[in-house]
This record gives sequence, C-alpha cells and structure tokens, in this order.
Amino acid sequence: MHIVLKRRRGLARLGLRELWEYRELVGFLVWKDILVRYKQTVIGIAWAAIRPLSAIFVFTFVFGRLAKLPSDGLPYPLIAFAGVLPWQLFATAFAESSASVVGNAQMVSKVYFPRLIVPISSVASALVDFGVTFVLVIAAMAWYGIVPGPRIILLPLFLLLCLGAASAGGILFAALFVRYRDVRHIVGFGLQLGAYISPVGFTTAIVPEKWRLLYALNPLVGAIEGFRWCLLGHGWIDARALAIESGIVIVALLFALYYFRATEATFADVI
Amino acid sequence: MSDAAIRVEHLSKQYRLGGSVPGYASLRDRVTEGARSVFHAKAASRPELFWALHDVSLSIGRGEVVGVVGRNGAGKSTLLKILSRITEPTEGEVHLFGRVSSLLEVGTGFHPELTGRENIYLNGAILGMTRREIRAKFDDIVAFAEIETFLDTPVKRYSSGMYMRLAFSVAAHLDPDILLVDEVLAVGDAAFQKKCLGRVEQISGQGRTVVIVSHNMTVISTLSDRVVWLDAGRIIDEGSPADVIARYLSAGIESNLAWVPRAPASDAFMFHGVTALGAEVFPADSPIDIEFDYEVRKPMPPGRLFFSLLNESGTVILSSAETDGTPQEHRTWQLGRHRVQCRLPGNLLRPGRYFVTVAEPDGDSYIFHEGALGFTVSEQNSLVTKDAGQSLIAPLLEWRPVG
Repeated sequence: MHIVLKRRRGLARLGLRELWEYRELVGFLVWKDILVRYKQTVIGIAWAAIRPLSAIFVFTFVFGRLAKLPSDGLPYPLIAFAGVLPWQLFATAFAESSASVVGNAQMVSKVYFPRLIVPISSVASALVDFGVTFVLVIAAMAWYGIVPGPRIILLPLFLLLCLGAASAGGILFAALFVRYRDVRHIVGFGLQLGAYISPVGFTTAIVPEKWRLLYALNPLVGAIEGFRWCLLGHGWIDARALAIESGIVIVALLFALYYFRATEATFADVI
Repeated sequence: MSDAAIRVEHLSKQYRLGGSVPGYASLRDRVTEGARSVFHAKAASRPELFWALHDVSLSIGRGEVVGVVGRNGAGKSTLLKILSRITEPTEGEVHLFGRVSSLLEVGTGFHPELTGRENIYLNGAILGMTRREIRAKFDDIVAFAEIETFLDTPVKRYSSGMYMRLAFSVAAHLDPDILLVDEVLAVGDAAFQKKCLGRVEQISGQGRTVVIVSHNMTVISTLSDRVVWLDAGRIIDEGSPADVIARYLSAGIESNLAWVPRAPASDAFMFHGVTALGAEVFPADSPIDIEFDYEVRKPMPPGRLFFSLLNESGTVILSSAETDGTPQEHRTWQLGRHRVQCRLPGNLLRPGRYFVTVAEPDGDSYIFHEGALGFTVSEQNSLVTKDAGQSLIAPLLEWRPVG
C-alpha cells in the first residue's frame, strides 16, 4: 500500500471506492445517533412519532378545516400524513447533515476518514425516523380503510428523489457551514419556508395548471406528490415535471459532492 | 531508501494567522466585504500567513521509532496531522508505505452517554477498525483497560482515569503498519503509563513504524531509535535520543529563571509569569521557590497547577501538583489574579542543570511548556561527594539511633 499526500489540484475525485471501504463507519455513526438520542430524551422513541403527528394535526386544522382546501375526497389527515412523511425526511436529513461536519469537529480534526461519511451518516439516521413515521402512515391508512395499490412498489423511486435532494443540500451546506457559520440560520429559515412552499399540508391541485411546471422546479413537489400517488392513489404525477426534478437533483448532488471534496482538505484547518 | 515506511519530501504547510481574522468567517462579512471592494479598488486587508512547516524532508525506515520534540508551535502537531491525512500539505509531498493509524487524542468520538462496551465499538470504528477486528480484540481491549466490571456503565460515570484507560486501550489495539502518536501516552497512573509504554514498545518490536510527539522526554528517550527536533517549522537537529534531547533541553536557556508564555492558550487562563525565585545558581542546600503568577479570567473546568522537574538528560525527577496530598485531583478556579509558590526543599537535588516543564491549563486539558525554566544546582554544600555514584537525587535523610 502506497499513499501519496500532496496538495490537491484541479477537479477533485469523488473517492467512491474509499467511501465504500469505510461503509461500516456509517453504520456505527447511525447506531450511535440512535442510541444517544433515545438514551438522552425522556420520551425516547415516542419523539419520532410526536413530531409528525403534531405537524399533521396543525396542517389538518389550518388547511383542511380553516382554509377548506380540496382533498380529492380523501380524509384530510391522510393528505397531510403522506406529505409530512417525505417532507420530514427531507427536512431532518438536510438540517442534520448540514450541521454534521461542524458538529463532529473534534472527530474531523483528530482522525482521518473520508469526510463525506459524516453528512451521509446524518442522512441515514434520518431514515430511521422516517421508518417510524412510515409505520404510523400505514396504521392511519388502515384506520381509514385505505389499501395502497400496486403503485406502492414505485415508492422507493420517490424516496430516492427525496434523499437525493436532502443529500445535495446537506452535503453542500455541511461544507459551507465549516467556513461560514451563519449559514445555519439560512438552513433553518429555508426549511421553515419550504414546509409552506412545498405541497406538504395541501396538494398541488390548488396550483393553477399553467404554473405547475414552474412549481416543479422544487424537487420536493415531485417527491411529495409521488408519495401521495403511491400511497393514496391521488397525486399530481407528470413525466416532464419528474424529469426536471430528477435532473435538478442529480446536478445539485454532483455539484455538492464536488464542492465538498474540493473544500474538505481545509476542514481541519478552519473548523 | 527502498525500505522506507514514510518519506517526507520538502514538506511545507502554510496557515492563515487568525489574530482578528478567524479561520471561519460569516457569509455576511464576506458579502459586505465583497460589496465594499467594488467601491474601493484597494483590496481588503490581506490575511497574515505563516509557515507551520517549512521545507521539511525526512525518511523513516520500516520498524523505526522516531520521536519528535520541539517547543509549542514548532510544527510537531502539524507534521502529524499531515502524516495522518487530517490536513493536506501546502507544498511538497509525503509517501506512506502501509496502513496508517493515528492517535492524536485518546477517546475521539467517545460519547458520555454510551457504555464502555458501546464506546469500544464506536471508537474502534472511528479509528479505522472493522467490526470483525473489534470483536476479535474486544476481550483484550477490556482486559488491558482493566474495566471489566464497568463494561455496561455509561462512560460519563467513569473516573477520569478509567476513561483514559479505556480510550487508550482501544487505540493501543490498532494494527497499523505505521502508528502516529501525539502526546497521549501520559494517561492514567504510573502503572498504566508503564503498560502503555510497554504496548508501544511491543508494537514497534513487531516491525511497525512509530512516530511519537511528546513533551515527556522520558517517553521519547525510552522509546525512540532516533529523535527529530523541530523548531519554527524546520528540522534543526536529528540523531540519537540522548544527544538531541540534551541539546534540545539546554537550547536557549542560559539563565531562564522567569518565564512568560508568548500567547495565552485560552482567554480563560493566563500566566503572568512562572519564576524560580533566587539566583541562577542555587547552592545544593538552599530551597528553591517556584512562583506561579496567574490570572483566571473566565470560569473554566476544575484543574490544577503542576509542573515537572527534569534533569539534563530529560529524565523526570519529580512532578508536583498543588492538589497533592488533598483528596481531590482537581480544584475549582477562583476568578482573579493569584500567586502560588511551591518550595523544592534544599538538600534534595544533586548538582547539575534542571529544567521545569510548566503545565498551562487550557479548557480541561493542559499545554506543556518544557524547558520553561532552567536553573543550576551547584556543588556548594552538596551531599553528593565524588564517590556518591549515579543517584538521581541527593536528599538529606534522617538517621537516628534506635537502640
């Protein structure tokens, strides 16, 4: 084994092979996240259920009852549930991974490992909460007597879209955050705003037809509507919109990965 | 050299100095600065740059143990950080032949809420062990750390000694070709330290290459085959441990009875001075008072003042802490400026040059300033006569008839 260390020049390589060699570390970090979270909080695992449930309650009350937005004849809580499920995954993964490198400053400045492991682990941890919410969604659907059709096998594709978007944002901001500490506020503000811009508590049906493609520049629109479509059978699915969304996510993800790799060499110096 | 484990070629590392310009900025500042420079052609103030390492070349053979000494800021840690791939060189390159593990800190990634068992797995994985490797070595790690009964207790309930033992133990069971160690061997009590040193000797005995940075000259001289002395980012001396350490310790210390750190390590604690009170040369029977003049500016975790006394060959003659003889290992710091004296009794040291390593509190750890003070004990009134041999100290002991 021969390793040469020198200043990197030109376009960074993604280093996917090394990332793969360190895959066990992702597992350990996720395991730690979960252990710590459930050891520290008194309500423990209930927390993963309370968060989505309270969001659903608010959305159902504000958009369903007060604003009386359309629900395609479905119970409004289910509309909100199917929206909150992917949105919360996105928001948690994005927020946690963008803070992850600075949050693990001690590790980053004392041990070598591929730095991408850190934000990737945060995204993976968010999947655990997603799992809990997913069980709740299934339970709620059973309660309302709704059985998902065969479309549900397409759900992983929309999950991938959602994770891709969260990873792109999380990885880019994790790198920016090392250098610019006030980026934290941008992420928090953006996510708060995003919960109301994206069709989380309402459906895309209220967006006029001619504006839909523009609306679909937000990849979360595709992910959330895709979830509704797979789970409830009602949702706005449009091939052109999905192509735009996937394209945006792929480009953003590649940009984030390269930016991260290009700046990671200086993480330990400035963190 | 074909059998090199590490080859460092013209290595340099430049840092931006952050007096008023911290390493990280805020995006807001960057934007306003950018906007300002549109209107003012003059560029924004250029950050001050400094070379932490400058044109360092070094070849370390397979199985060799190399000690690195130097004052704080000499570039020792920067060298280890580059070798361990935490930061990258500005110029030059490094060739590493083999798997590298670095131990720049014990307990990296330890989480206080997790149990000893959980932390072993986590820390092992962070240090680069696979799950299978950790499982295979698990019992050895636990036995080495001597924490069997506390395996399922959260480490936040561990004593600091137990915590350090466990942390070191995980790291000590790494199986790299090249091991980089920074100032971590001085953990735990004397017995455990001995065990740690034994472990490093064992590792190097298996043909592994070890690079050690330490302020503890005893550690360096015991373990190293070769010592490299860094100063201001350059190698200024290398050779056999005894020679380099002797030259290093006496360098620049003609009569250094008062010491003031160049810059305080933290904004919470500051030494106004550490002084050996008296003449530069002390008669052997005269006590030597060492005065610590310090200021606590902000609340900080409990700690203590302490120092070590080294002889000319770098052997630690004694270490003393202000909390010695009290039940507590640490004490709380009172805000304000304080002066404390420690008296080394007369008729204790044999004639020769002595050096004081001062520990400067920095958060919950310490920064060591070796050779901060240097003084001489003369033969005047010494108990050591020509035939007193090789004793390290020459104390006046009490003899009395008992029957």
